[in-house]
Amino acid sequence: MQIADVKEKWTNQINTVTIGATKEQGGTRGSTITVGGQTTLPFLTFEGELPNRPVVAGVVTDVPPEDWPEVLKQSIGDEINSPAEWAQKCVEKFKVDAISLKLLGPDPSGKNLSASEAADAVKAVLEAVDVPLIMWGCGDEEKDNEVLPECSQAAKGENCLIGSATESNYRTLGAIGKADKHKLIAEAPVDINIAKQVNILLDDIGFGLEDVVMCQSTAALGYGFDYVYTIFERVRTAGLRGDKLMALPQIANVGWEVWKVKEAQADEDILPRWGKLEKRGPLWEATTAAGYLQAGADILTLAHPEAIAITRETINELMTE
Amino acid sequence: MIFIGERINTGFKTIKQAVLDKDPEPIRKLEKNQPNAGANYLDVNLGAVSGKPQDMCWMIESVQEAVETPICIDTNKPKILAEAIKACKKPPLINSTTAANDKLDAVLPLAAEHNASVIGVVMDETGTPNSADKRVENAGTILARAMELGMPPQNIFLDPIVMPLKFTQDQAKEILQATRQFTLFSDPPPHIVCGLSNISNDALHKKLINRIFLTMAIANGMDAAICDVTDRELVGAALTAELIMNREIYADSYLRK
Repeated sequence: MQIADVKEKWTNQINTVTIGATKEQGGTRGSTITVGGQTTLPFLTFEGELPNRPVVAGVVTDVPPEDWPEVLKQSIGDEINSPAEWAQKCVEKFKVDAISLKLLGPDPSGKNLSASEAADAVKAVLEAVDVPLIMWGCGDEEKDNEVLPECSQAAKGENCLIGSATESNYRTLGAIGKADKHKLIAEAPVDINIAKQVNILLDDIGFGLEDVVMCQSTAALGYGFDYVYTIFERVRTAGLRGDKLMALPQIANVGWEVWKVKEAQADEDILPRWGKLEKRGPLWEATTAAGYLQAGADILTLAHPEAIAITRETINELMTE
Repeated sequence: MIFIGERINTGFKTIKQAVLDKDPEPIRKLEKNQPNAGANYLDVNLGAVSGKPQDMCWMIESVQEAVETPICIDTNKPKILAEAIKACKKPPLINSTTAANDKLDAVLPLAAEHNASVIGVVMDETGTPNSADKRVENAGTILARAMELGMPPQNIFLDPIVMPLKFTQDQAKEILQATRQFTLFSDPPPHIVCGLSNISNDALHKKLINRIFLTMAIANGMDAAICDVTDRELVGAALTAELIMNREIYADSYLRK
């Protein structure tokens, strides 16, 4: 009996996005990362092309993240106090492909640092390491509209990935992305319709979608991960079916989100029988990351060195035919 | 929704004159409008102005100089088709074959060789069918022959043959019924297309009839149309119908497409 061919035949390819610029390309990076280009769903190597591996970006912050659990802070060491040294450790010891710099300092509800102080952190990281840089604003849009233009300019020509363009601030982000030649993260609050809308808005102001990576917001395992998973998946299938507005690579900000949840914050004294946080925390992060890989994430941000190591291994195994 | 812009046709006076004068300007002007309005293919029709393949190639090249939109080669002459297909930079859509043997033999091998898509008009040697059943039978013939040549179903655009509402009022219902049945042929199904303006031929309220018929056809599975893509109300209605059928993901600004 002949067995029916059940391979899906997709009609479209996901955009390819390169982050980072070498000297020849007008930047100072020693390497670049390229994501996207798929013609099928994640890891289905028998069905289509998966020309680029998912990549891991190490989370670094401009000022030490105060609300991180001790377990995580200790895994990074004293370097946590210097974005440049932390980034170096990420690259040299943890073996990340890129740095994901969260600009916490300018947050008005925190240290409320100036735009130029944030830009100094960007410059320091760019000087300290030569991998591509992803940078995120603090999340307060008014302040980010002040801070991100200065940080973008400080990294002019480096072809960074800057986040995040939303429904309300896409004009500012589009303008700095175009002016300083950076790629953009388009972010939506776990809402596929808004995700598409942000892409339309960016495209309408002439910021080409071939320079955009989508972020559906990121939820930790147990905290709405399944909602985000289905959005990743629906975006990818829509893109593969021919919706050009959805045929974009996607980023999951895992390292930044996971350590906010109880399972990655509380130790055995608060959660008896849940095992030591030292082991459970990085596993929570790595498991969340593995889920996002299956959902279709092209870039993962990760914080704990063990989670980075496990995820790198997961990617290696999944990308071996 | 796959929109096929219909304006590069020597039935229009300016285009006819452009071909006779070999003046690409009017063609370029039209072409630039149609892709902006969302055309996925541009139908290029030499009509009765000339029987020379090189004139068709000239029209195609004029289009391609202005825009990157793929071409829909509209001819019933195999000799013209054979040359035109080579002039296309991107895999074209061929308009058209029927279920008649001589047509299938002339068109499908060329399409398969060039990875082109084909519009399969569901008529045969006996003419245009009156019933949904006969339309489905002819569609099956076209699809089977294409698949024998290794063409994927997505490269076939079945055309149920739209008839003028004013003259053959009983046909629209048959056409919609046939459309629905075409979607059951394969998974993924072939595309289903129509020459939309036929439905409103000689009617007073052409645009309204076009718009409503296309909306109903989309609800029955149609996903392509040869139509006036610069008719914003028509395009808007079609895109909305696709959202209602859950074929596209909603976004507030979906009409911009």
